[in-house]
Amino acid sequence: MAEALEKPRTLPYVSAINEAVREVLNEYDNSFVVGEDVAGAGGVYGYYHGLLDEFGPERMYDTPISEEGIIGLGVGAAATGCRPIVDLMFMDFMGECMDEIANQLAKMRYMFGGRATLPVTMLTMGGAGASLAAQHSQSLEAWICHLPGLKVVMPTTPYDAKGLIISAARDDNPVIVCLNKMSLAIQGEVPEGSYSIPLGEANVVRQGSNFTIVALGRMLHEALKAAEQLKEFGIDTEVIDPRTLQPFDTATVVNSVRKTHRLLIVHEAVRFGGFGGEIAAQIQEQAFDYLDAPVGRVGAPFSPVPFSPALEAIYVPSADSIVAEARKLLGL
Amino acid sequence: MSKQISDEVLLDIHRRMVRIRIFEETAGKLAEDGKIPGALHLYVGEEAVACGVMVHLSNKDWITSTHRGHGHLIAKGGEFDRMFAELFGRSTGYCKGKGGSMHVSNLDLGMLGANGIVGGGPPIAVGAGFSNKFRKTKNVSISFFGDGASNEGAFHEAANMAALYKLPVIFVCENNGYGEYTPQANHQAIVDVADRASGYGMPGVIVDGMDAVAVYEAAGEAIERARNGEGPTLLECKTYRYYDHVGVRGMGMTYRTDEEVEYWKGRDPIDMMEARLAEQGILSKKDAEAIHEEVTKQVQAGVEFAESSPMPTPESLLEDVYA
Ligand SMILES: Cc1ncc(C[n+]2csc(CCOP(=O)(O)OP(=O)(O)O)c2C)c(N)n1
Ligand SMILES: [Mg+2]
Repeated sequence: MAEALEKPRTLPYVSAINEAVREVLNEYDNSFVVGEDVAGAGGVYGYYHGLLDEFGPERMYDTPISEEGIIGLGVGAAATGCRPIVDLMFMDFMGECMDEIANQLAKMRYMFGGRATLPVTMLTMGGAGASLAAQHSQSLEAWICHLPGLKVVMPTTPYDAKGLIISAARDDNPVIVCLNKMSLAIQGEVPEGSYSIPLGEANVVRQGSNFTIVALGRMLHEALKAAEQLKEFGIDTEVIDPRTLQPFDTATVVNSVRKTHRLLIVHEAVRFGGFGGEIAAQIQEQAFDYLDAPVGRVGAPFSPVPFSPALEAIYVPSADSIVAEARKLLGL
Repeated sequence: MSKQISDEVLLDIHRRMVRIRIFEETAGKLAEDGKIPGALHLYVGEEAVACGVMVHLSNKDWITSTHRGHGHLIAKGGEFDRMFAELFGRSTGYCKGKGGSMHVSNLDLGMLGANGIVGGGPPIAVGAGFSNKFRKTKNVSISFFGDGASNEGAFHEAANMAALYKLPVIFVCENNGYGEYTPQANHQAIVDVADRASGYGMPGVIVDGMDAVAVYEAAGEAIERARNGEGPTLLECKTYRYYDHVGVRGMGMTYRTDEEVEYWKGRDPIDMMEARLAEQGILSKKDAEAIHEEVTKQVQAGVEFAESSPMPTPESLLEDVYA
């Protein structure tokens, strides 16, 4: 398939996802989408809009509310020659289908001695900030990064969303795409046509000289704001978006820390046991001598996501809480 | 049949339905005005189901609910002030503002919570039924769930266990013909969810879910069976939601026709009940209006209570995570 990197336009994240799925369905005849309300309604977030009309009911399937069935369908279809896109409306609903994800999808290839190939792309939606409370707001990427056999991406910009979904679909391994519901309207440049972003490659979004922030998912946007605020303290912040969590691009972070000597990791997920702990451990293993301060972490406090906007506002990390943590870390 | 039902019970069912209706209509307007954050799934149109079942229960009987849970809590005795406070995210809400619409609950009333997870309720109702039996009470547990939820594995595991252990559980399916935007014909190959009961070894009963008296009678039989140790029942109530899956828009939807909505509104559970009560000389039109007015005032007082209530304090964020 020719890569047509022409004509970037400004599109919202939601449309970039839509274009990616369209490209995948065009590229692979054995690809289809299954999930709750993905066809007739175009998805509850609208990112499948128009695809039923364009590709027909043979490629776009509304399923019953049966998450274990949906993911299992993806596993079985992939193992027997299809390239499915399975949709899990909220990441929180991994609770309903974790066996298919953890015990089947992730492990089948290994258990079968490399005989099975499972090119499943799972799109799912995480993130807090919409007053959707404890069961519709979680960021559970750490659950799935812990499972050998899966790849995990977390696109944050429209450009990355399109490129990473296409790469996920082209990959012969199961890839879980963790989207963010508060980013749906975020605008950015998106090329027309098909393009890919290598899985496992971080993006240095902002260059800096004396401080590094690694920000996962939507926290990228908060980290970029924090970087502006930190200027007044004489801090020149480098901001890295890992984009892929599994496999994780440790080298890019190590290179940055060698230059800046100080690192803060930011994610929306609960801090304790979050993916930030893994990054911190890797950096102290591989760049200990370059660190001038302990590796800092910003994440959600150790509670479920609260409903009340008053509580959710202090629960979710923000530019302000990133700046506050950075100042503590840097002794400012 | 309805001769045997006392006037008090009929009036009780009626009042509970009116309480749900006016609460929900008001909540919908407040959400449209941006005063209620998050997602609001309104129960308008389905009142007969909750109320026809709930008048049989005491606070010691348990229920599990759904994402569309306000009606269940009101029918179980929920107070407007603390419910609105919860929907507004205030510290005076039933869940101290931590749960909101999708998790509103009151265990003192025997209400084990609205639930954000479709199919989340049935296994919990089985647990409550197990507990009732284990503790040798005569109490029952009722699981309300949708046609859509009947496709979740959790429902099937719960139904099997309830029948196997002959638990005092009633599975009340609120079949409103849709799971979100997907019509029933596109999510299951059967028309009657009650058909599934026989596969688990329990009776399956179908009832007109717009007729509160019919629901009352069918639920009464199932509850009596359960209290007598004869095991679970699957009670399917054919009903309809007037508004969109989430939020308040009712007409002009692409996934259903306005004619269909009008048809069901023509069988409105409250109108039908009021016609029956008037015909039987139990409640005049004027008296019914007075009840609506009285409930409207109570709802307004509830809104005022919520609006003047404080937000939760930051310290409360980390409270209630553990016992
Ligand atoms: C496990 C799970 N899957 C999907 C959803 C999203 N969702 C919320 S309500 C709903 C439809 C439920 O349909 P039904 O059970 O018929 O109840 P109704 O809304 O019609 O009352 C869906 C799919 C969810 N909340 N939980
Ligand atoms: Mg339904």
